Amino acid sequence: MNPGYLTLIVFVPLLGAIVTALMPKDNIRAIRFSAAGFSFIALVLSAIVWIRYDTALAGMQFVEQATWIPSLGIKYFMGVDGLSLPMVFLTTLLTFLAVLASWNIKLRPKLYFSLLLLLEMGIAGVFTSLDLLLFFLFWEVELIPMYLLIVIWGGQRREYAAIKFVLYTLAGSALMLAGILALYFYADPIVSGRTFDMLELAKTNYTAQYGAAFSSVVFFLLLIGFVIKLPSFPFHTWLPDAHVEAPTAVSVILAGVLLKMGGYAIIRINASILPQALQDWSYLLAGLAVVSVIYGAATSMVQNDMKKMVAYSSVSHMGYVLLGIAALTPTSMNGAVLQMFTHGTITGMLFLLVGVVYDKAHTRLISEFGGLAKRMPLYAALFVTAGLASLGLPGLSGFVAEFTVFVGSYLNPNMQLFTIIAAAGIVITAGYITWMLQRVFFGPLRFGDAIKESEHIQDVRGLEVVPLVTLLAIIIAVGVYPSLVTDLINTGVAPVMTQFVKAGL
Amino acid sequence: MDSFSLEYLWLIPLLPFLAFVVIALFTRRWARLSAYISILAIVASLVVSAWALLSLVVAFLGHATGEELVKQVTLTWFSAGGVDFPIGLIIDPLTAMMLIVVTVISLLVQLFSQGYMVVKDDHGNLKKDPGYGRYFAFISLFTMSMLILVLANNFLQIYIAWELVGLCSYLLIGFWYDKTYPDGSISPAQAAKKAFLTTRLGDLGLLVGILIIYMTTGSFVFTDVEEAIKAGHLAGGLLTVAMIGVFLGAVGKSAQFPLHVWLPDAMEGPTPVSALIHAATMVAAGVYLVARTFEMFAASPDQQALLVVAYIGGFTALFAASMGLVMNDIKKVMAYSTISQLGYMMMGLGVGAYAAGVFHLFNHAFFKALLFLGSGSVIYAAHHEQDMRRMGGLGKRLPVTMITMIFASLALAGLPPFSGFWSKDEILAGAAGKDQLLYIVGSLAALFTAFYVFRAIFLTFTGEYRGAQGGYDAHGGHDDHGHGGHGGGLESIKESPLVMLIPLILLALASLFSGFLGSPFMGNAFQSFIEKGAELHEEINYTVMISSVLIAVVGISLASLVYYFKVIPADLISKPLPWLHAFVLNKYAMDDLYLWIVNNVVLGFSRAALWFDIHIVDGIVNAVASVIGGFGGTLRRVETGRAPNYGLAIFAGAIIISGILIFGGSPR
Repeated sequence: MNPGYLTLIVFVPLLGAIVTALMPKDNIRAIRFSAAGFSFIALVLSAIVWIRYDTALAGMQFVEQATWIPSLGIKYFMGVDGLSLPMVFLTTLLTFLAVLASWNIKLRPKLYFSLLLLLEMGIAGVFTSLDLLLFFLFWEVELIPMYLLIVIWGGQRREYAAIKFVLYTLAGSALMLAGILALYFYADPIVSGRTFDMLELAKTNYTAQYGAAFSSVVFFLLLIGFVIKLPSFPFHTWLPDAHVEAPTAVSVILAGVLLKMGGYAIIRINASILPQALQDWSYLLAGLAVVSVIYGAATSMVQNDMKKMVAYSSVSHMGYVLLGIAALTPTSMNGAVLQMFTHGTITGMLFLLVGVVYDKAHTRLISEFGGLAKRMPLYAALFVTAGLASLGLPGLSGFVAEFTVFVGSYLNPNMQLFTIIAAAGIVITAGYITWMLQRVFFGPLRFGDAIKESEHIQDVRGLEVVPLVTLLAIIIAVGVYPSLVTDLINTGVAPVMTQFVKAGL
Repeated sequence: MDSFSLEYLWLIPLLPFLAFVVIALFTRRWARLSAYISILAIVASLVVSAWALLSLVVAFLGHATGEELVKQVTLTWFSAGGVDFPIGLIIDPLTAMMLIVVTVISLLVQLFSQGYMVVKDDHGNLKKDPGYGRYFAFISLFTMSMLILVLANNFLQIYIAWELVGLCSYLLIGFWYDKTYPDGSISPAQAAKKAFLTTRLGDLGLLVGILIIYMTTGSFVFTDVEEAIKAGHLAGGLLTVAMIGVFLGAVGKSAQFPLHVWLPDAMEGPTPVSALIHAATMVAAGVYLVARTFEMFAASPDQQALLVVAYIGGFTALFAASMGLVMNDIKKVMAYSTISQLGYMMMGLGVGAYAAGVFHLFNHAFFKALLFLGSGSVIYAAHHEQDMRRMGGLGKRLPVTMITMIFASLALAGLPPFSGFWSKDEILAGAAGKDQLLYIVGSLAALFTAFYVFRAIFLTFTGEYRGAQGGYDAHGGHDDHGHGGHGGGLESIKESPLVMLIPLILLALASLFSGFLGSPFMGNAFQSFIEKGAELHEEINYTVMISSVLIAVVGISLASLVYYFKVIPADLISKPLPWLHAFVLNKYAMDDLYLWIVNNVVLGFSRAALWFDIHIVDGIVNAVASVIGGFGGTLRRVETGRAPNYGLAIFAGAIIISGILIFGGSPR
């Protein structure tokens, strides 16, 4: 029995956005609880889907299908498998936590929470759509609330950052649309039919029918939009700007799930529909991945703004995702998906932590702090733990994902050098994380001149702690018992890998 | 062996883990209770470990050999894309011995810490360190991690535990995290970071080694890998490369040249931590890893991998010992001594004297833990003074500490019948049979060792007390976590409390007796046990034995002539060759070299990357945007406030295009 879980997960936030928008302006409590309530419902629904997902059956489940524009073969087609379900869960989880983390927002809370929920709708839609046009629509829908959230609630250079984000994404989208249309028009009418259905399109062997040049062009049309989102070097410079300007909760969603749309789409579309082209260009992807890992880590090292450091570290960590995809072994692919999931929780936690101190001190500059552990012991413990998770300490989820990527990628004999270089990233990561921890938390308590009322800087408590501990619990749970997620991911990776077998690779 | 069920083994790391969780979450504010919980857990682990060892010994005495003395279990932790990531336990003589070493030393160190981890309040009364609960939580976490490490039957798990002990080392070196020094010398937090990063560099080698091994043999489990190597799935140069990778991990963890630089600075941690982690157990993990994978090393063509181990170990033994000669901080002397002795063990393994290397690990754990705890007792009594130039004559005030430390020093110097003699002699005999150069290097290191440890003993315990004079600029008191200061003369120095002396006495007995287990009088029982009952064809090499005793005697005598009888001036060498003395005292400038590399190469590359990012990558992005009409205007006018409208217009366009596509596309 399926009461349309996925439709609910996508559209309950929309309903929430509308209801929140209709709340009386001065009833801040109603606004908050409406946002929290609706995002919580979506979270519960996605948890139910996860629990009820049958890993023994694998494949697409909770499928909903309805004709939309039959003349064009456009459908309302939704479903989840082991690839998308972790991402859907992450989306609903991080949105709910983002609402909690924004509890005390002062500026236009009604609009803010409505947009947050709209954003959730767009992202959840991307991860659940199995029709390419539906997918594209959600991909575009997500832009509007994101843009507004940065441009209204952002920092000093918010307009520059927001426009950059939008233009970059739109440029990618334009190419992506062309790629989607190419897939549509050139699909084999007999095996696939005239459709935007991803699963049907995957039955066409574009390379065999139209040659490597054609499939490579389509591959890149699609890929560019996705590597911009991921982001991979050299398409990443929108990310630090967007992060620095975005409010904390938006950064959490941006790094936590928005980037994952890129990695997810490469696996779901490029790998599944154009496996041969992915194979042909795997060296390029692995090259980009390795550069992203090392370059992102190096640029993180010399940041003075903690938020910028976490932003650049995302470039580095998402490089592992791209490496796992490029290496094309079942294990590396699994590691890539796992890395997306764990990075969402770890980086989400890091952005929340940076946001906490920014709220109190109104600065995020490393040089403005010293010995914070003395004043904020619990906060320091949480930050140290999140940092250790980020640098891949065993027992925490980051290690499992990175190790799986390394083992899986190294199994591909062509990827061994790339893997070793990427593995060197763990040393650099350890460098910038422990250096930052030392400067901010250890030594004698010290506040820089930019901090006016240092007595307001006290340890985290109450509602500040809830999102942090929630994410920490997941980080530890997956770190200690990875099967919680990997069993699910295995079922999602297997069909992708059969695409490669079918293509004779 | 049959009397012992594998299931009980899980208890050994589980109990300290539970102690960690309970203390961290609930009891850390109750100092005394936290300590008791931690100690109770380690006692229980010790009992289970002893039971495991006993059942093995009983089997061994019943003439069980080879695989009959090995039990293991492998479970799947998780699987991803067809690769099973294992978790498992192994119990064999090597692991059983390590379990005892870890649990015993951990227990003694925790007992000692109860006395040591106190501070003076404003009225001069002793009270528990404010971080007392946290301290015991970390010690429990470390003990758990170390026990998982020695129980691991596969590379993945050993890598996990490897990183976890590294974490605990990081947390405990930086235990007094808020402390800095006015003269800018390395603070605990900096030392912790340095240790973590240096060892992680080595861990990268271990990781690559593991990747090669899994790729070629299809397993992480030690015994499977050994089988696969025998079957030729991993051989030749690639095997050598893989094992050198594994050895790099050991080089980092066991502070071998050139990654030894973190260990002396790790002395910023509390002294009992130095004894447990940075002398007896964690730093020995590298030696343990080589021992555990010894057959893989030995399988490399022409034993090249073992040769690398031998030469790195031999060089480190001598190199570190030479720095031990000139250090003034008592803990630094012990730190270099540890590096040197670990090099000895590596050299032993490298020349194929497998059992001897492991035997030395075993003996060293006790006598070096004692040297550190004894140093801790001295530091504690001497109001947190660590500089030996401000000590002297303490023997009269600290008789128990002095006598126990002399026991340990004799063991370290290798004088019979103390424990170090038996194992060191065997390592030298092994080297003599393999490579004369290594034998000479090892002998010279032994001479240095006997000299520096007795130099420390004489400077600390004999002669006139120099503490009240001051006069030395060098700051001691790195371990100065209290408010005691350097007040008071020799009369104010009192022997440490019983809770600290009992561990010293027990360890002194071990320093005297632990060597007998592997002595010829007992038929080299220890070695035979570790080799799982293999026939040992060890003949006593009397030349080596006599010369090594002579070397120890000469070293001790020289030290006494210089620092006790004072018939030889201490500056005999440093006066004519001041640059040499300064160079060695400056640790051969290796710290400066690394600092230069970090500041110029690593940070230089990072700054260049960031410059490239801002000016080239992002520069191109902005340039492209301004070239493409309209976009440029947008980016230039971003501060005008009209940009949002512009952006919205673009959205609207995108949506309309999508709409047309969906609803108005040409029918096909």
